Amino acid sequence: MLAALRQGQDAAFAELVVRNSGRLLSVIRRLLRREEDAQDALQETFLSAFRGLTKFDGKSQLGTWLHRIAINTALMKLRSQQRKPEQSIEDLLPTFYADGHRQNPGPAWNLTADQAVEQAETRELVRQAIDKLPDGYRLVLVLRDIEQLDTAEVAEQLQIEVGAVKTRLHRARQALRTLLDPHFRGEAT
Amino acid sequence: MTCHEFIEFLLDYDEGRLPPDVRARFDEHLTVCPDCVNYLASYRAAIALGKKAFADPHSPLPQAVPEELVQALLALRAAIDRTAK
Repeated sequence: MLAALRQGQDAAFAELVVRNSGRLLSVIRRLLRREEDAQDALQETFLSAFRGLTKFDGKSQLGTWLHRIAINTALMKLRSQQRKPEQSIEDLLPTFYADGHRQNPGPAWNLTADQAVEQAETRELVRQAIDKLPDGYRLVLVLRDIEQLDTAEVAEQLQIEVGAVKTRLHRARQALRTLLDPHFRGEAT
Repeated sequence: MTCHEFIEFLLDYDEGRLPPDVRARFDEHLTVCPDCVNYLASYRAAIALGKKAFADPHSPLPQAVPEELVQALLALRAAIDRTAK
């Protein structure tokens, strides 16, 4: 397919767009909240890809290359938008007594994630919880846990230090746990 | 080790990045602290749920893209081509 794309064959470009648009739009929608922005970013992704095709070295899969361009494009769009002051995540983190014990530990969760995600309403609940995370934490969680970028790649994409990625990831995961806790504590398997 | 220390460094523990002697102290804490056992299990469950929240196990096909958007993308490419020529 790459050879056909480099030769400028219309059918190859059509196939590239049709085959990858759905997946890339899903990736972009996870980063950008507004549908209009997501569709714009998808167009910009393919625009960058069309223009950059001559520079694509073929070392990675075409799909992986497009995935990285989509993430980069969505993040650039986010950066270009007016930034709201970063919301604090502290309220969603566990609190401790002076002796180091956790306050209000609550009952255990009693579910298996595999079974829980079989239900569409559970997936929606988790998506809504992720959406409630402050952006600086939500983006790290989405890029690392869902888009499966490694820590160094997340740091590069977000233009922050590797240490900051690790801290934000841990806090984002803790906050997600807090938001899901009322729904899953003590739930029957 | 306190629960606070355990949870503070949970990411490193969970990803196996702690030196063996430090990891042993974490493991030891888990043998005496059911609250941290529960916290670790729910932390791992939250991560697993997050990773799977966007996948629909019953729909292997990607989300639909509006046909007009696909057409716009193809037109865009044609326009780039014309500009290049």
